[in-house]
Amino acid sequence: MMRLPLFEFRAPQTLAEAARILDGEGSQAMPLAGGTDLLPNMKRRQQVPKTLMSLNRIPELHQIDLSDAGTRLGACTTLSEIAADPCFRNGLTALAQAASCVATPQIRNMATLGGNLCLDTRCNYYDQNYEWRKSIGFCLKKDGDTCWVAPGSPKCMAVSSTDTAPALMALGARVRLASRSGEREVPLTELYQNDGIHYIKRQPNELLTQVILDSSHGWKSTYWKLRRRGSFDFPVLSVAAAARISANGVVEDARIVVGSVACLPLLAAEASKSLRGRPLSQDSIAEAATLAARIAKPLDNTDFDMTWRKRVTAEFATYALRELRGEDMRGERLLLRRHSSSLY
Amino acid sequence: MATLPIESQKTAQIRFALNGEEVDVSFAPYKTLLEVLREDLGHTGTKHGCELGECGACAVLLDGKPVLSCLVLALECRGRQVLTVEGLSVDGRLHPLQDTFADLGAAQCGYCTPGILVTAKALLDANPHPSRDQIREALSGNLCRCTGYLQIFEAVEAAMVRMAEKEEGAP
Amino acid sequence: MSDPEEKSKSPVTDSLSNREGLRVIGVPRRRVDGRAKVTGQTRFADDIFLPRIAHCKLLRSPHPHARIRKIDALRALAHPGVYLMLTGKDLPIQYGILPVSQDEQALCVDHVRHVGDPVAAVVAREELTACEALDLIDVDYEILPTISNPKEALATPEPRIHEYGEEGNIHKQVALEFGNVEQGFAEADEIFEDTFFYQGNTHLPIEQHASVAIKDPDGKLTIWSSTQTPHYLHRALAKVLEMPPAHIRVIATPNGGGFGGKSDPFNHEIVVAKAALLLDRPVKICLTREEVFYCHRGRHPVLMKFKTGVKKNGTITGVHLQTLIDGGAYGSYGVASTYYAGALQTTTYHIPRYRYEGCRTFTNKPPCGPKRGHGTPQPRFGQEVQLDKIAEKLQLDPGDLRLRIVEAPNTVTANFLRLGTVNLTECIRRVVKASDWKNKFRKLPEGRGVGIACSAYLTGAGLPIYWNKMPHSGVQLKFDRGGGVSIFCGATEIGQGSDDVLASIVAEVLGIDPFDVRLFTGDTDLGPVDLGSYSSRVTLMAGNAALQAAERGKALLAEAVALKLDLPKERLRFADKRIFDSAAPEKGVSFAEAISLAEARFGTIGTVGSYTPPKSPALYKGGGVGPSPTYSYSAAVVEVEVHSATGWVHVPKVWIAHDIGRALNPTLVRGQVEGSVYMGLGEALMEEQEFRRLPKRLSHALVHKFPSLLEYKSPTSLDMPEVVTELVEDPDPRGPFGAKEVGQGPLLPIMPAVANAVYDAVGVRIDEVPITPDKIMKALAEKKAGRNPRYGPDHFPHVHWPEALRVPPPWEGGDGNAINDVHREKPRAMKEKVLAP
Repeated sequence: MMRLPLFEFRAPQTLAEAARILDGEGSQAMPLAGGTDLLPNMKRRQQVPKTLMSLNRIPELHQIDLSDAGTRLGACTTLSEIAADPCFRNGLTALAQAASCVATPQIRNMATLGGNLCLDTRCNYYDQNYEWRKSIGFCLKKDGDTCWVAPGSPKCMAVSSTDTAPALMALGARVRLASRSGEREVPLTELYQNDGIHYIKRQPNELLTQVILDSSHGWKSTYWKLRRRGSFDFPVLSVAAAARISANGVVEDARIVVGSVACLPLLAAEASKSLRGRPLSQDSIAEAATLAARIAKPLDNTDFDMTWRKRVTAEFATYALRELRGEDMRGERLLLRRHSSSLY
Repeated sequence: MATLPIESQKTAQIRFALNGEEVDVSFAPYKTLLEVLREDLGHTGTKHGCELGECGACAVLLDGKPVLSCLVLALECRGRQVLTVEGLSVDGRLHPLQDTFADLGAAQCGYCTPGILVTAKALLDANPHPSRDQIREALSGNLCRCTGYLQIFEAVEAAMVRMAEKEEGAP
Repeated sequence: MSDPEEKSKSPVTDSLSNREGLRVIGVPRRRVDGRAKVTGQTRFADDIFLPRIAHCKLLRSPHPHARIRKIDALRALAHPGVYLMLTGKDLPIQYGILPVSQDEQALCVDHVRHVGDPVAAVVAREELTACEALDLIDVDYEILPTISNPKEALATPEPRIHEYGEEGNIHKQVALEFGNVEQGFAEADEIFEDTFFYQGNTHLPIEQHASVAIKDPDGKLTIWSSTQTPHYLHRALAKVLEMPPAHIRVIATPNGGGFGGKSDPFNHEIVVAKAALLLDRPVKICLTREEVFYCHRGRHPVLMKFKTGVKKNGTITGVHLQTLIDGGAYGSYGVASTYYAGALQTTTYHIPRYRYEGCRTFTNKPPCGPKRGHGTPQPRFGQEVQLDKIAEKLQLDPGDLRLRIVEAPNTVTANFLRLGTVNLTECIRRVVKASDWKNKFRKLPEGRGVGIACSAYLTGAGLPIYWNKMPHSGVQLKFDRGGGVSIFCGATEIGQGSDDVLASIVAEVLGIDPFDVRLFTGDTDLGPVDLGSYSSRVTLMAGNAALQAAERGKALLAEAVALKLDLPKERLRFADKRIFDSAAPEKGVSFAEAISLAEARFGTIGTVGSYTPPKSPALYKGGGVGPSPTYSYSAAVVEVEVHSATGWVHVPKVWIAHDIGRALNPTLVRGQVEGSVYMGLGEALMEEQEFRRLPKRLSHALVHKFPSLLEYKSPTSLDMPEVVTELVEDPDPRGPFGAKEVGQGPLLPIMPAVANAVYDAVGVRIDEVPITPDKIMKALAEKKAGRNPRYGPDHFPHVHWPEALRVPPPWEGGDGNAINDVHREKPRAMKEKVLAP
């Protein structure tokens, strides 16, 4: 049986107490929410924190505030709560769709939104047991000095595998980070960076406490995920798209995000821009899809052939935009997801 | 790897409700609920196939919801309700799901069965009349290598019918 | 072609004639162990906890190929909580499942051959302590060059992975010719040559292998283990531990899935046995999922070339098959696998002349072995896909083509396999009808298609793994005055329902309820030998043994009751827990009374039964692989949707018909069929045991790409299609109540049916498995460019084959011997025979 390494356990009851603990322990401590990412990593000895700080007794982190002005989601909101809540429809559909296709039903009952946003980057050379990693002489991300995905690379190329981050980026979300010295709000588009090790700009003494969404009135959004099986699997490509479309069908604003093809979710800025002021026609969709696919640079560190992943990116962007246009894409959904759901 | 020998660790103690009964248990604090159930409480009905959240064999109900006991720290279970396969039968009678699983071939080797049974129970508790698609979705976190799932779906459906009949038959 | 010397006499004949009155057999029932499984009370090996239990972990080689220079365990032994350290020197005796390949050591003494090969064991109070201590063992390795695939193995004779085998890194070569194949090709109207690749995959039982060993109060050894073959483990333990078998008790706990992956004696089993003896306390090991991937013994990756000659009407005139087999680092069942890859080709369709050449090489990867269908799925895939191509060229419907060439029942094939009942024709008709084939094939819209394929499989290997003349299965029955019957048998419950088979047969014969029966199975101390749960042998072999024991018990009871009731015993009927006058049913005694009467008359009532398969007419060297008392048959139609923009394949529905002989418990039979379809779809579409070599200038690593349940893709509940199962029941007199196997055969047609359906859907041939979307896209690109619309291997490498043993087929006057085997005395030299599952 895979066993956890030894650790100290802390369970603060307030945010202030949590911030104090993190301040004192720094990177030696790791916040524990759903545990579905951190605990496997600890069992494989990819992460060996001295202290585990449970967030489950802090009431603020479980709060959901909905108003006309927008939505505030406590970081410990579980993914199944999001998937099940009819509040997350219409403009926020992408979030609900993303949450509903993370891993498995049991994991969604445990995993939290904050945890999925902070999800450790993944790689076939890294997400392995200690013994396996020993047999390749470890890798740059943990205990080694070579990135085996790109041996010449000075930088770790582990891939961002979160489902909710691309969706929330497309929805223009911000996150709140709290530490002993105060709080800050960061647009999700600025939370990540293109480095498989330092993929998130959260400081070790900071806690991601809340996700903030402005009103989604007038917006439509959607999330498409590529993976081998109908459940369990992390995305090996994802496309989130959101658009505000005028009454006469012109795109007023749009955001397309491509996930799981780099160390961070990629905002397809040019693709998004290309849609503004135009209707979602076959031409504009094709152009935007091509632009979105251009930035995808999948590497050979996930399931599936990387050139194939690159190749189908434009297809996925097309499906997302066609769906925003109002086309019935349930056939493709069913084919790719192997499951019909009320969310689609 | 960790260098501090486990022998130097203190044990932890918690009280929680296991299958409806309060239990006190002391255990090594690094242990997950799975390990404590099996090793410290002798409840070996809950199985394990990976201990990494990749198979669903260790599913139990925590406060009524299916979770993976391999990824829940036992320390987090203080005061909570845990239901395992050992707690499915009531008053000495098998749960309808247990009966239909046994009757209809839903358990072949039986190893994934405990996790599937508790997950199916949570489904029927929340939704007494799930469609085939909803059953498939609810059980999509439980790998079964023997059956091809079809007899499992049928057993859940048969249990659903039996439970509905019982409900109707009740005064 | 029918065999005049059919000598196999089955004890079933009486029961068959009486089949109208069956009350247990053929009725869908709760399996006898069903309640235990749904209450969590089935005790798997890792569920065993004993006082003072200690935990074992194995230190495994991080190198794919190396010499061990030195092992320093001082730091590990000093770690608090560590009780014992073992290295290869403690267990130097070699073992292995086949007598011809005793090439494993419980802990490698001086040579590691794949990442994961065990080099040392730590036993500690806590499992975590043992894990910690592993990292404190210092091993000095001398790195050796590695071999990652058979082509490299052929090109790299040195260094040798093993010091035995044919030569260099070739483990085993087979060359057999049954009739002059060139003559067959000369008579053909068309010749087809195709190359296929079948990727390796693994069993992936959800239960990880686990074992617990103790020193008994009397100093003997008991081991509980998740093994499919307690008898073979028993032998291996006696050999390596140098103990009398009488002092070793192996208890096979119910397996949480096996599929062939728990059929070898394993290093961890031997290690915990040794540790328990040394420490005199219980020692347990439960492998991690990663370690299960290192045990492997799964499907061999096989490159194969089929050359087939056919007449215009589809009749096959000759087949020449060549295989290049990736064996991994040890022999395991590999010699048998190499023969199997050729042996069963002749059992499905009539092949008048057949040549088979097979070559298994060693590579620095976990050893391959027997997985569900052992050796057969790979060539089945090649032959069935090639037949689809043949049908197209000959402008025949692929279903009709197959109907024309189905082998006849009671035939002795070109390679001297004696077939029993053959209901493949009916299977094909059933799936063609159920799937509405005639309105779908070549008629569905672009992107949708159907494919058909067929197969045959053993109902139990005709020969044991080690040569002996004893029964393959034995059963003892104990009759209790209270009306209960206890069954003692070595058969092993791996989920397939072997306990239920035994109970239902005994209950049927004696007229009692299966739940009146108690089972003591898989225990080498309690029950007579059954060779194990492999080769689909339990239903027929243990079943026939149980039938014989039950009939003998019935005879004793009948005699005593007849005396008491003053009736001729022929008038007695056994049913509803009573024994009564069939002419006047009210006149009778209860089953319990009958036992008392018999006990009073004869003394304690206990009976035995055993089963030995009929002798095979295949007398040539290698003829030990392939014979079986009878064969099952399957046909499947698979429907697919292929998304041309992405290459994505979706399977909405599968129709399968299986020639079962008789379904003893139709609920369980259907489960075996659907489970086979499930596993077949996994192999067809996503499962791969894939390895990764790092850039050689930077690293010598050669590792399993993803030894995890997350990245080794086993289909989920959302990936499983609808399945329509048809059981074709035509009792075969060789099986108990006419039953044939079902655990493996139905898997075989699935992979080629998927490939054939993909061709029907989008017009591309994927000549390898798994059939993944990227391969379909590549083939579609070829099609678009006007080139050969195909993805698959383009050539079969040069292999220096030995001279073939020439065995004239029965219709050319052959007697089952090779005419050019100078090393072999006629009529037979049994000990040279390669014996196999």
